[in-house]
Formats: sequence, structure tokens, C-alpha cells
Amino acid sequence: MQISGRDSNRYQTFTRRAALLAGAQGIAFVALAGRMYYLQVLKTDQYRMLAEENRVSMRLLAPLRGNIVDRFGRTLASNRQNYRAMLISEQTPDVEATLARLSRIVEIDSFTKKRILRDIARSPRFMPVTVAEDLSWDQFAQVNINEPDLAGILPDVGETRDYPYGEELAHVLGYVAAVSEKDLAAAEGDQPVLKLPGFRIGKEGIEKTYDKELRGVPGSSHVEVNAYGRVIRELSKDPGTPGSEVVLTIDMDIQRFAWERLKGESASSVVLDIHTGDVISFVSTPAYDPNQFNMGYGTADYKALLESPYLPLMNKALAGMYPPGSTFKMIVGMAAIEAGIDPNARVFCPGHYSLGNHDFHCWKKGGHGTLNMHDALKHSCDVFFYDTAKRIGINAIADMAKRFGLGSTYGFEVPGEKSGLVPTPGWKRAVKGEGWHQGETVIAGIGQGYLLATPLQLAVMTARIANGGYAIEPRLTRAVGGSLLPVKEPEFIGVSEEAIRVVQGGMNGVSNEIGGTAYRSRIAEPGMELAGKTGTAQVRRISRAERLSGVLKNEDLEWRQRDHALFVCFAPYDAPRYAMSVIIEHGSSGSGAAAPVARDIMHEVLKRNPTRPQAGNPSPGGQKSARAG
Amino acid sequence: MLDLRRFTGHEMRLSEKLVEFNWGFLLLLLLIASMGFAMLYSVAEGNFSPWALRQAARFAVGVAIMISVAMVDLRLWMRLAYPLYGFALVMLIAVEVTGFVGMGAQRWLNLGFVSVQPSEIMKVTLILALARYFHGLTLDEASRLRNLLIPLGLVGAPVMLVVMQPDLGTAILLTATGAVILFSAGLRWRYFIMAGAGVLAAIPVVWSRLHDYQRNRVLTFLDPERDPLGAGYHILQSKIALGSGGIFGKGFMEGTQSQLNFLPEKHTDFIFTMLGEELGLVGGLVLLALYFVVLMFSLNVALQCRNQFGRLVAIGVSMTFFFYVFINTSMVMGLLPVVGVPLPLVSYGGTAMLSLMFAFGLLMSVHIHRNLEISRGPSAFW
Repeated sequence: MQISGRDSNRYQTFTRRAALLAGAQGIAFVALAGRMYYLQVLKTDQYRMLAEENRVSMRLLAPLRGNIVDRFGRTLASNRQNYRAMLISEQTPDVEATLARLSRIVEIDSFTKKRILRDIARSPRFMPVTVAEDLSWDQFAQVNINEPDLAGILPDVGETRDYPYGEELAHVLGYVAAVSEKDLAAAEGDQPVLKLPGFRIGKEGIEKTYDKELRGVPGSSHVEVNAYGRVIRELSKDPGTPGSEVVLTIDMDIQRFAWERLKGESASSVVLDIHTGDVISFVSTPAYDPNQFNMGYGTADYKALLESPYLPLMNKALAGMYPPGSTFKMIVGMAAIEAGIDPNARVFCPGHYSLGNHDFHCWKKGGHGTLNMHDALKHSCDVFFYDTAKRIGINAIADMAKRFGLGSTYGFEVPGEKSGLVPTPGWKRAVKGEGWHQGETVIAGIGQGYLLATPLQLAVMTARIANGGYAIEPRLTRAVGGSLLPVKEPEFIGVSEEAIRVVQGGMNGVSNEIGGTAYRSRIAEPGMELAGKTGTAQVRRISRAERLSGVLKNEDLEWRQRDHALFVCFAPYDAPRYAMSVIIEHGSSGSGAAAPVARDIMHEVLKRNPTRPQAGNPSPGGQKSARAG
Repeated sequence: MLDLRRFTGHEMRLSEKLVEFNWGFLLLLLLIASMGFAMLYSVAEGNFSPWALRQAARFAVGVAIMISVAMVDLRLWMRLAYPLYGFALVMLIAVEVTGFVGMGAQRWLNLGFVSVQPSEIMKVTLILALARYFHGLTLDEASRLRNLLIPLGLVGAPVMLVVMQPDLGTAILLTATGAVILFSAGLRWRYFIMAGAGVLAAIPVVWSRLHDYQRNRVLTFLDPERDPLGAGYHILQSKIALGSGGIFGKGFMEGTQSQLNFLPEKHTDFIFTMLGEELGLVGGLVLLALYFVVLMFSLNVALQCRNQFGRLVAIGVSMTFFFYVFINTSMVMGLLPVVGVPLPLVSYGGTAMLSLMFAFGLLMSVHIHRNLEISRGPSAFW
């Protein structure tokens, strides 16, 4: 090779040294080959013996899942011992025969058998596969005694999730269940713990949201096993790190009370602390039993869940969307005051309101006469709000609704939150491709039309009214792994004191003044008075012919056609602390069905006063004692 | 014989470069990588997912990168040497400042769409920067003490950053790569002797600053029986698996030790063990032989090159590759302590594969542009 003169020095040195490096590489490779020869030829017998006869195996240990407790430390989800029978397929000559013998002790239906055979086909032959779980002590003892007869069967004690309150908390906690192929595919990176037989992960609710924290870190045990994989002894054990404890804001006593009060209806209810957004109770009925999901729902039971018209699998408190009905009138009222309308100005209600050639009806057939905003709220006069809505326009209403938390999600800890709908002309043009009609503004004035809200949103709206216009957000978790989560300092919505005062006063009228729509459902104890608002949301359209011949009563309609019953309230009126919403699907009337339930729940909340500062329940910092008026 | 100055007169066209690209070498890399795919298929109990298929896809991307890098004019790489090095250094600092902690060590930087390991990028750019520096110096100049300050800084800065992460394996690799380039550039022997003495003197100091797990690895290496169920577990299990493989191995997908989960990290750092168990001494030697061919080829590329920059780049790439192979295989055979160094082209892993293929692209660029004569002075870069 020709190299120009001025470079030849460098090139020669380079060549010499490269040759040295090549020599070093050669020596290194010879050393490697020699080492391989030593290990794989000279010492192979010794290592083969170590490998075959006395193997040290590392086994993964599932970490103990963290508990979920309520705000006072009561256990809502924990672990209990689970007696189970496993099968190691390489240890039995005939899987079917073994299963047949086992079925004399434990019932194995054809569905389960199919599942077992599938699991066996899918995992290596030395891997234990779960055959039967949740055995009674008797069954477990029998399996143990008959072990010599049951080749390949391995009695085993595992941990399984236990939900002592069952369906009462199903829509809060969710549930854990076996890892599916889909979960495996979705898992980040390689997570061998997911493949442990019987391992479960959170599939819904808090169990899903905090799955990572609850799961903990898997441990390992070094065991000596013989050539068949049977454990001879355990050499060392690292139990891993159990999952973190998750503390909810729920007060289980109130949760249970609310559940009992709503059981039997298709309903939901949310109770909030108006300063922190702590969710005190969160109920959706009917529900399912998370314990059954954990152990595998029976086919028939699951089918019943799916087919029930009351939708037990649906979390109505955050995914049920309803027209807010008259509970929306506070928003319209505040929007009107902000638009400069005098709340003392009077409107005449003849029982109907005409716009063009269309008549909008008040719920009270003869009309309310003249009334101001306070009385319009108290009597829930529709005409007043038709008129007000038309005067201020849909955009002012929508703006106020959004500031009070409607039409958006909050990033709540339970997955599946729906945003509801606050319609605007822009939205209608974009989605429906049509212009906005004034009649739609009028109907929005009483919370009907396109408007949709979830019970969670209505509770948040009420809380924001009660705390004087601070945009608190609902939260379900107080602490994770021993550290308290900070309460977000809520922003001020920017609503006038007058607006808040008038609307709160109107709600007080509803509950505490004679003639108010929920006067029957007041709390009379001094210092506990609640201020509320009824709502009755129409589900069907009333035709002109029906209007003429007399509107059908709810009792005469089939369940599906009846009106939804709504009630929102906060209490105590003098120094608000709690806000709540109740929606009873097809409950016919807000004042008749929802208000009494809400009253009872609120009464219980006030008696317990769960978020008051007390030992073990420190008052979260930065809370406002703000209340206008 | 080919006119050696054929290409110096005019700029090469893309088609000429493609002809000059050594496709046989690429085939060799594919052969090695395929042994990796087969082992990853076996680790997954006979499944292409989760590893084998993804690894193959990465290799394909790597091939594309390699060809693209090889097509770029060597003088452009020379021009980019310092900026690329600076970029990698900034990324390393960024990891220190904002990097998140993965696997207990701070090594990854999240760029939103992909997590990158800046230390991997540094391995390549350090070679470029050092080669660029020594290209501009005559043999006499190279050995002058004051001319050593810059290269020592070029090596020292990233090594310090990597040690802080802490990633001892990479720090050793970077230092070794730097030393090899300085050595090839013709520095006097006495510097290396002095440096060796310095390292020996520094051992007590370094020892006192090591993390516990790093100390444990060294201690365990020196005496594996010291803690057979703790840190010594990896080495012991690896030796059992390897040794029980014998001459012909237990057969593909039949490795009891690996398949029974006795072996840790068998799809990454300990994949050679698995190969040795299932395919035996024969399989292991075949892989080592293939590696050796790669090394000899790259050495030849260095010797054939007519410019100092290309030579130093080629030897740098070659030796880095060698260090990877040697450290990894020695580790699994119990000749070196356990350090996290993957087996190149075979271990499962994204960034390592891509940065390696990038480096082979540079090697190929040197090969294609071997007849370029690049002057030493500053005018060398346009």
C-alpha cells in the first residue's frame, strides 16, 4: 500500500500497534475458548450433576397486595387466605384421570375443566396451574390426605382479595381478577410476576387506578428442587415489599347508610366535603359483588348482570348522564345576576310561556303568579327561568355552567368518568350541523334539552355554590403508602357575592320555607338545616294531544317512561360543610322520591360530621371557611 | 490491480459507494444476529414474542442506519466529530439533571417518543472526536505532553458523568476505548506505563467510593462461594448452565437450567450462557469464531485506510466491539465480575443494537472512503 511520505511515520506506528492489539485479541479469544473447554468439557460432569440432581431455583413470590381503607382506617379491601389445589402437569401421567379423581372432593364443572386444560396447554409442563380455589377447610384437608392418590396435584395456600363490604363499594373499589392475555400485552416491559399462577391485578375502580401502588414489589425465594422440580427445601427468602395502603376519603358508615337507603332503586348519590372535595360517599345501585369477580363470576350470574335493565355494571354516579332538570336553575339564576338582571325583579307566571307559536309549560298548571328569583327557586317556577334564559342567552348560561364544573371531567380516581354536555350554538353547529333555536335556550333554562350532567358533577356544582364559588375538585384518595396527598388550593370562580347569596337563599327557601318544593324533607334540628333544590327530569316527550287531554301521571306510566328524580343540597345552611346529589332513575319526582333520601343521608352525614378536625383526621390545610352573605 | 487513487480525483457517486460497500460483512452480522434471534425464540419457550420478533425489527432498522451512515462522506463525519461529541456530552449532562431513574440507575433520557441512553451515543462520538483530534497531529506532536490535555479531557468528562450515574461498565468501556485510540495514535509507551501505575495507586480510592452493589460484585467475583445465594448466584448459575451443556449442548430449546428459570437475565446479559447450554461448546465456539472474523475484517479496514482519521475510527469501532464481546463472555464464564455489558448483536436491547450498527456504518464509511487522503491541517475540513 502506498502512503504519502509525511504520513508514513504515523502509518508505520499505527500498523505496528494495530498488530499488537490484534495479537491481544487473539490471546483473549484463545483464553475464552480455553475457559469454555474447561467448563464444558473438563468440568462438564460436575456441572451436569449440579444441574440435574441438586438445583437451586429462584422462584418469584407474589407481593401482598396493599389494603384499601376508609378515612378512619376501616378495612375496605384486604387479603385473606385462599386454599387452593394446583396441578403440575408433568407430574401426572394422565391429567384427565387426576381431575376426575379430584372432582370427587371438589366439584369441577365442564367450563372450569376447559379452562384448566387450556392453561396447561399454554404454560410449561413444570408450571403449576390453578385447578380449584377457595376450598373449604374440609375440602382442603381431604386434598391433603388424598395427595398420594392425586398425582400432580399440589395443595397450596395463597392470598386472595377480600372485599368485606361486597357490592356496597363495588363502584368505588372496582375489583381484581386474573391477568388476561390483553393485560399481558399491555404491560410495560417484562413483568414476570403477572405470569404467576393465580396472580391478580386491578381491573376497575381504585384497584385499577392504584394498581401499581397496591401491587408492591415481588419477592423471591431460593429453593432447592430435585430433578422433577419438587421443592426439597427453601434456602432463603426475600418476601418482597407489600403494596402500599390506600386511604380513601370515604366514610364507610355513611357509604353503608346511603347504600341501604338507595338499595332497590336504580340510583346514585355522591356526598362531598365542599372545602376539600373529599368524597364522603359514592353510591351507585344496583351493583355487583367484586368478590365474585375475583374468584371468577359464574356464567349464569354474569349473564344476569349483563342483562339486568338496572345496569348493575354501570357506575351511574360518574358515567350516568341525566338532564339536570330544575337543579340547573341555580346556574341560570347566577348567570342572570351576572348579566345584570335584578334578582328582585318580578316575572308573571300564567302557567305557560309562549315563544313564536310554541307554548312552554310550567309544572304548575295554573301558574305561580308574579314572583322574584328567590321565590322562583323556592317554587321551582319554570316560566320564570324560561323568561330569564331567553333574556340572557345560551352562551351566558353555558359559561356559568362550565365554571361550576358541568360539561367536563375532573380526572377522578375511578376510571370511566363522563363529561356530560353543556350545549352551545357552536357545539350544535359542529356536531349537528344546524343553527341554534331560541326555543332550545328557553328549554335549557330549566335544565332540559341537550343538557346532560352526571351525579358527580351535580354534587360538585352544589359544593361550589355552597363554598361561595371556589372550584374544588372531587377526590377519593386521602393518602397512598402513608403519605397524605395534598389538597389542591381551589381557584375562585369569580362569581359575585350577591349571586351566591340569592341562590343559596333560594335553596334555603326550597327546604326551609313553607311552600318550598322540598319543605317536607327539611331537617328541623337547629344548626343542621339543609338547603336544596329538587329536580324532575322528563324522559319522554309530552304531545300536544296529551297536554290537552291531561298529562299522564307517572304512576300510570311504565317504569322506563317515568321522570328521573333529582335532588341536590348542601348543609348546614349557616356554615356549609357538605354537599350532595341524589338521582333516582325513573323515580317520578324530585321532591317525592329524591329529596327524602337525600335528607336522610345528609342528616346522617351531619350527625357523624366525618371531615371535622379530630384525632387521626387532621384538617387539611388551606381550606376556606368562605361563604358569601 | 485496482488503481488505488481511483477515487481521490473525483467525488464518489452513490452507486460507486454501494458497490464498494462490503455486503459480505453485512451477511456476517446477520448470521451473528440470527443466532441471537434463535436464542430469544428459545428463551420465550418457542415464541417470537416478546423478544425475537422485536429484536429482528431492531436489527432491520440497524441495517438501514448502517447503510445510510456508510454512504456519508468520511470528511463529513470528520467535520461533524466535535459537534456530535458535544451533543452527546450535553445529553449526558441532561440525564444527570433531568434523567429519570430506570433499573435503579440514572441512565435514560426520555425524548417523548423514545428513551435514549446518552452513554451509548457517547461511545460512538468519543471515537469520532479522538480520531478527529489525532488526525491533526504528527507522530511527534501527538506525544507532546501539552497536546494530551485535550484528549484526556475528551475521555475524562464523559467517564466522570457516567460514573456519577452510576454505570461502571460503561465507564470502563469508555476509558478502554480512549486508551486504545491514544495507543494507536502512537503515544509513547511510557505514558501507558505511567497510567497503569496510576490506576494501581488509585484502586484504594476508587474502592472507597464504589456503590455497595459494585463492591459486592467485585468481592463475589473474587470469591463466588462467599455468597452463593446472593450476588454470587448469577455467576454460579451461569457456570452450572454453561458447564452442563457439554460439547454438543442439550439441544435447541432443551436447556433445563435456562428454561427452568435458574438463570437470571437470560435474554439480555446472560444470553451466551443459554447458547452454551443449549448448543454446547460447538455452538459457543462458532459464535466466537464469527466474532473473530468481524474483528479481523475491521482491523483490515483500518490497515487499508489511507487517512489517519479513518484508521483511528476503524480501530476504535473494532476495539469497542471486542471489549463488548470479551467482557460479556468473560463475565458469564466467571472470568470477570458481573457488569452490565450486553453481548453485541445477540443480547436483547434496543439502543445498544442501534448504536452498534451506527458504529459499523462508520466502519463501512471508512472502508468505502479508504483511498481518500485528507490533509492534516485545518483546511482538511471544508
